[in-house]
Amino acid sequence: MTSRTVAVEHRSPRAPGRVTAALDGIVTLWYRDLLRFFRDRSRIVGSFAQPLLYLFIFGSGLSASMGRLGGAGLSYVQFIFPGIVSMTVLFTAIFSAVSIIWDREFGFLKEILVAPIPRWSLAVGKALGRSTTAMLQGVLMLSFAPLVGVSLAPRLVLALLPLIFLTAFALSSLGLLVAARMRSLEGFQLVMNFLMMPIFFLSGALFPLNNLPGWLTVFTRLDPAAYGVDAIRHVTLPGAGPALGLTLFGHPMTPLTDALVVLAFGALMIALAVRAFQTQE
Amino acid sequence: MRIFGFLGPNGAGKSTTIGVLCTLLRPSAGQVRVAGLDPTVDPDGVRRAIGIIFQDPSLDAQLTALENLAFHARVYHLPGEVWRPRAERLLRIVDLWDRRNDVVKTFSGDMKRRLEIARGLLHQPRVLFLDEPTIGLDPQTREHIWSYLEQLRAETGTTLFLTTHYMDEAERCDRIAIIDHGQIVALDTPDGLKSRVGGDVITLRTRDNARAAALIRERFALDTAHLDGTLRLEVTDGEAFIPRLVAGLDVPIETISLRRPSLDDVFIRLTGRAMRDEEVSGIDRMRAHMRARWRR
Repeated sequence: MTSRTVAVEHRSPRAPGRVTAALDGIVTLWYRDLLRFFRDRSRIVGSFAQPLLYLFIFGSGLSASMGRLGGAGLSYVQFIFPGIVSMTVLFTAIFSAVSIIWDREFGFLKEILVAPIPRWSLAVGKALGRSTTAMLQGVLMLSFAPLVGVSLAPRLVLALLPLIFLTAFALSSLGLLVAARMRSLEGFQLVMNFLMMPIFFLSGALFPLNNLPGWLTVFTRLDPAAYGVDAIRHVTLPGAGPALGLTLFGHPMTPLTDALVVLAFGALMIALAVRAFQTQE
Repeated sequence: MRIFGFLGPNGAGKSTTIGVLCTLLRPSAGQVRVAGLDPTVDPDGVRRAIGIIFQDPSLDAQLTALENLAFHARVYHLPGEVWRPRAERLLRIVDLWDRRNDVVKTFSGDMKRRLEIARGLLHQPRVLFLDEPTIGLDPQTREHIWSYLEQLRAETGTTLFLTTHYMDEAERCDRIAIIDHGQIVALDTPDGLKSRVGGDVITLRTRDNARAAALIRERFALDTAHLDGTLRLEVTDGEAFIPRLVAGLDVPIETISLRRPSLDDVFIRLTGRAMRDEEVSGIDRMRAHMRARWRR
C-alpha cells in the first residue's frame, strides 16, 4: 500500500525564473484573447456596424454641405475616415476590458489569480491581447478606404500598424484600470459610457481641432485619443495639410510626437492598472 | 492521510480558510503552511504545489477542453512534452478525450466539473483543494464524479482537501476537521468522531416534546436536543433502552427511531446545527441554475 504511494512520481512544476514566469503569463493571456477573437466571428462583423453608420451615413450626409477641407481639398467623408478607423480601435480597446469583468463574474479570473504567475503579467497580457484584437479591427476598417476615395499604399498601412497598436494599448490600459476596480458589469458600462463618448467627441475624429473656442481647445488637448487620431490621420491622408492637423501650444504635431504622447499616457495607464491588480484580493 | 474533509455550517469560515490556503486571501492573524510552504512568504511556491477546484465553474467556456488545459499548462510553466501526454491520460480517465476539441460552452455541468478535475491535476499538485465539488449535481452524477476522483487519487497519490455539505462525501474522508465560528472544534477520523457520540442515537416525536424532554431528564437523567420538531438523545444500549423509554413516558409517542451515530450526529453535537443536505443543495442548485442561465 505504502510502496505505491512512494512509487508515484510526485513532482510539482519546477520553479521558473521570474522573467520566464511573467512571460508565460503575458504570452498565454495574449494568446487566449486572440483565440477568442477569431472564434467569435459574429462579434467581429457586429463591431463594424456603428463605425460604418458614422462613415457612410453621417459622413456622406455631411459631406454634401461641408465643401472641401484642407489644402488637398478633402471631402468630409475622407476627412473622417481615419477618425472612424480610430473610433473602431477606441471603442474596441476601451470596452475590451469588459472581458476582465466577465472573467471575474464567471470564475475564470480565479483560475488566473491562483496560477504561479505575477499579477502584473495578467494586466500586461490582457492589455496586449486586447490591443492586438483592436488593432486587427482597425486594420479591417482600413479596407474600406477605396470606397471613400482614399488610396492607401501598403507602405502606409505598415506605418499605421504601430500607431494603431499604440493607441489601442493606451486605451485598453485605461479600460483595464477601470475594470480592476469594478465588481459589476453594470457599473463598468456606466463608467465607460461616461468616459468613452467625451474621449471620442474630443478626439478630433469628427472635426478638425483647430480654431475651436478656447475652453474646447483645452479639453481636446487633454484627450489622449486626440493624439492617436492625429497620428493616424497624418499617415492616412498625407495631403491633409497643417490646417487639419493638431497643434500643441502653437506647435504642429507630427506622427512621431503624437506617438510619444500616446506612449506616455499608455505607460502611465498600464502602470496604474498593474498596481490596481496587485493590490486587490 | 489521503482525503481530508473540512466541514462546518455556512458562515463558519470554510471559504475564508480555503482562500488563505490558496493564496487568494492574506491571513489577518496566525500561521499557515501548505505543503510545507508559507503562502504569505512564497505564494508562487504554494500555487505550484496545489490545484484548486472552485465551488463555481472557472473554465473559459469559449475555448475547447484541450485549450483550457493548454492555458493551464502554460501558466503553470509546463512544457508541451510534459503536459500533452498527461492531458491525454487525465482526459481519458474523466471520459472527455473524445470531446477534447469541443467548446466548453456545449458541456453539461457534470462534464465541466470533470474537466476542472483533470485541469486541477494537470500540474501534479501535492494537494488538490475541492470546494463543494459536487454541489448542485444530482446524486447519480455525484456518484459518477466520485468514482473519477477515487481513480485519480489512486493514480496520482495527491491529497484531497475537501469541503462538503454531503454526509456521504464526508464519510469517504480519512480525516475530518469541523470548523465553527472560525475555530476547529474537532479533528479526527470519521469513526473517531462518531465514537464521541455516546453509543446509539434515538430520535422521537411526541405529542408534547417539551414535556417529554422534561420527563426524560427526570426519569433517565438524559439530556435531549430539539431539532426540527423531534427530540434526539444519545444512549449506550439503544435496543434495550427503547422499551424502558416507551414505558416511562406518559406523553403519546408519534414516531421513534434508533440508529448508529452518523457524522451528522457529530456535527449537530459540535455545532448545534445539522449539515442539512436538502436545504443547502436546494438553494445551491437554484444558484447553479441561475449561473447557467447567465453564462455566455
